[in-house]
Amino acid sequence: MTAVETSSLLLLVSFILYTLGSIVFTVSVTGKKFRQKGNESAGKRLGRVGFIITIIGFLSQLGYFFFRWDADGHVPVSNLFEYTTFFSMMMILAFIIIYILYRNNGVGVLTLPIAVVVIAYASVFPREVEPLIPALQSNWLKIHVTTVALGEGILSISFAAGLVYLLAVIDQSKASKKTFWLEFVMYSLVATFAFVIISFAFQSAHYQQTFSWVNEKGNQAKLVYHMPAIAGPHDGTKIGEGFGPLFEAPSWMNGVEAPRKFNTVIWSILGGFILYWIIRLILRRRISAAFQGVLKNINSPLMDEISYRAVAIGFPIFTLGGLVFAAIWAQQAWTRFWGWDPKEVWALITFLFYAAFLHFRLSRGWQGEKSAWLSVIGFVIIMFNLIFVNLVIAGLHSYA
Amino acid sequence: MSREIICECGHKNPEGTILCEACGKPLTDDQSSKELLNMRYEGSARRSQTYSRTPIDKIWNFFSSVKVGITLIILVLIAIAIGTIFPQDVYIPAGADPKTFYKEQYGVLGEIYKTLGFDHLYGSWWFVILLGLLGLSIIVASIDRFIPLHRALRNQKIVRHDRFMKKQRMYGVTETDDGAQIIDKARIALKERRYNIREDNGSLLAEKGRFSRWGPYVNHIGLIIVLTAGMLRFFPGMYTHEVLWLKEGETAKLPGTHGEYYLKNHKFILETYNQNNKQYEKSLKRAGTVAKNYQSNVTLYKTSDHHVLGAKPELHKVEDAGIRVNAPLEFNHYQVFQADYRLNEFNKMSFKLTNKKTKKSFGKLSVDLFNPKKEYDLGNGYRVKLIDYFPDFYFNDKGEPASKTDVPENPAFIFKMFTPDHPKGEVSFVAIKTNLEPLGKNDYKMTFAGVETKNVSGFVIKKDWTLWIFFVGMIIFLIGVGQGMYWNHRRMWLQRQGNTLVFAGHTNKNWFGLKKDIRFVVEKSGLSEPVDRLEQKSLEKEREIQA
Repeated sequence: MTAVETSSLLLLVSFILYTLGSIVFTVSVTGKKFRQKGNESAGKRLGRVGFIITIIGFLSQLGYFFFRWDADGHVPVSNLFEYTTFFSMMMILAFIIIYILYRNNGVGVLTLPIAVVVIAYASVFPREVEPLIPALQSNWLKIHVTTVALGEGILSISFAAGLVYLLAVIDQSKASKKTFWLEFVMYSLVATFAFVIISFAFQSAHYQQTFSWVNEKGNQAKLVYHMPAIAGPHDGTKIGEGFGPLFEAPSWMNGVEAPRKFNTVIWSILGGFILYWIIRLILRRRISAAFQGVLKNINSPLMDEISYRAVAIGFPIFTLGGLVFAAIWAQQAWTRFWGWDPKEVWALITFLFYAAFLHFRLSRGWQGEKSAWLSVIGFVIIMFNLIFVNLVIAGLHSYA
Repeated sequence: MSREIICECGHKNPEGTILCEACGKPLTDDQSSKELLNMRYEGSARRSQTYSRTPIDKIWNFFSSVKVGITLIILVLIAIAIGTIFPQDVYIPAGADPKTFYKEQYGVLGEIYKTLGFDHLYGSWWFVILLGLLGLSIIVASIDRFIPLHRALRNQKIVRHDRFMKKQRMYGVTETDDGAQIIDKARIALKERRYNIREDNGSLLAEKGRFSRWGPYVNHIGLIIVLTAGMLRFFPGMYTHEVLWLKEGETAKLPGTHGEYYLKNHKFILETYNQNNKQYEKSLKRAGTVAKNYQSNVTLYKTSDHHVLGAKPELHKVEDAGIRVNAPLEFNHYQVFQADYRLNEFNKMSFKLTNKKTKKSFGKLSVDLFNPKKEYDLGNGYRVKLIDYFPDFYFNDKGEPASKTDVPENPAFIFKMFTPDHPKGEVSFVAIKTNLEPLGKNDYKMTFAGVETKNVSGFVIKKDWTLWIFFVGMIIFLIGVGQGMYWNHRRMWLQRQGNTLVFAGHTNKNWFGLKKDIRFVVEKSGLSEPVDRLEQKSLEKEREIQA
């Protein structure tokens, strides 16, 4: 087995273990039915099992990381697949630290499934071993990217804990603005999952549709779609027979192969919609209402505390990696430490947002629900920077 | 303006003080009536909470408000986000005209974007003002809180007023005959927990982590330094940014170094990954050619110190270097970067003077495309004059030959050929794949005889004194964040009144940690356990889970 194959296998193992861990943690918080056997509640015992599964999964993913490093010949964080996978690993690491500090199962109920979705999402991007372009050939690749991922991973725990808090406390007996937006968050997670399913379905069917178009650099080029084209490239011509396109992608989308990615987003939104309603019809209530049933025994003030603690730890780490290390490297590679590149700007937005979060919390006394909503918005900003800035906005960081 | 408030303990407090700086006695009616004291900023006299008469007061109060501060943070956040909707003018494709680019690419929205000046948002006056306001808010809000807080903590006395003790969140009373011994044991326990202990007449103040109270002010100082560094860049001399295009084999003065340094470019190297590379085979097949290295091999020279103005400088070699992306050449606070390149740029073109009938050649000449000679003597009465030269040739609006730029992308020449047969000369127009005879039929022509190309390296020369200021500012910021967030300021008061021991405890955050310390002291000393008067059921539950 080559190093790449070994690394893929180990990643698959951790993917399965995290899925299993999600289930165990969910069962561990469900409460009464399992309570009180002997001195220790079954919930606590199950929680420990979940934690051990998570640790093994993490070790396996660590194995993926080092085998991949061997195959790459450089630290494996240089394209979207590798970075996103590494981000999920840092999320798990942050969860492990939080679990050791607080011994609480509640955070695991959402952290693990989110990590699962993130790994699945990462796997959709090209997974070949890639060489480094000159701008990336630096020790700062290791230092900058890993610190950013760790910071973002810890901040994601804030989101997971905040979301658990909201699912536990928001009144689900009647529809309101709050239930709508909470349900919207759940829909987004479902849509991400739908995106993964659709991608793998068409990948295994080897679906291909080629267009000829003028790419983002102004050159005549071919663009290969791996999903049927709902949105074709702007002013593109279809080569050969096949479905679509129903309309053209807007011309202002400037990322690398933006129309193809835009088409994928449309598929995800539609697929997410279908999947969401299937789940909803099975549950016969809002997904968040179903979660509330699971989470009713959760210690919500502790969730609030963890959500804040995660920001308190994650914010300076993100600042160090995303602004300080980033600036030092940018000075070396691009001759300037700050250039208002979209990715840089969105890192600064993340910084400002969490700065505002801390002021709201420490000076204005925003706790509980308000603080939890802020942690959700913070995660949206991080995801925006990871996905959208690469997809729509052209910049120095738009690799993959 | 300042009326002092003299507390019954004798301490003089500035106007606006809520709790006496020394003994903690509530000085205002609303604090006296409350069950628990508001301990924020130690109840000290903040200017913003005291005066609001003059316009200066009002401005001060505006900027000292955290609400205003957060609003400014959000406004900056929204502004910089808007700047990423469409590319900034510095990032639009080279050669595109910003006047038309936004409209052509992005339609009406693009036109609006451009009209509002969002295409250079980060340098616009209103954005700079917004940052200035944010900076002002940081400074004012910090001063407004730091000075009174510092005063209050410096003036705090060990013995506190009864009502101060009673209105603390952690409060307990112990009835005992053996007060002195309990205090002795508590002292030992507190020392074990690394508290600083001060005593006055049988009363005790244990304090830990006061420095964490300065965390917010330290991190704000860091941010102010960063903003100042940003402002300093507008001052000449703080920041140099120059571009130098240098052909292989040439030496030039490094711009921005005041003639002190010269650079010779020996060779530009562009390496790409081998398509047959086993390791990266699959991805190279998908991506095509991928660059592996951009490098210029150079020699750096320094001019001699006593160099006479106008005279040819005497160059002393400093070092040979290979400048690569991610590995700039660094010397004397300058950085020279490998920033760009042009491959195979036309450098020299050669021609032969040929007789059209006999095809016989009468000598060869080579035109330096950057510095052409006017006349070329080929001997034996044959010579060629270069009448006109167009480095980047095209026909202008009037249909006349002209040059778009000074870069020899498409060179064209008008030669006058002097031969023994035609002593008055014949005119020939020569361009790539073109050979015209604009003034009638010629007997001779200029035949193309080869071209010499050279690579050109694009260097960026930088000197940036603000770099270190930014860096130091960010480090101070991070230290301040850690200081304020990971430590907390805990205090315990223990006072003896006859057979009664009164205990109170306070922390600025993390009550759980304080309670752990209190429990430790209680166990070691035999003090009665104080109660948390804010404790709710949920906190009860938290303790159960964390224990």
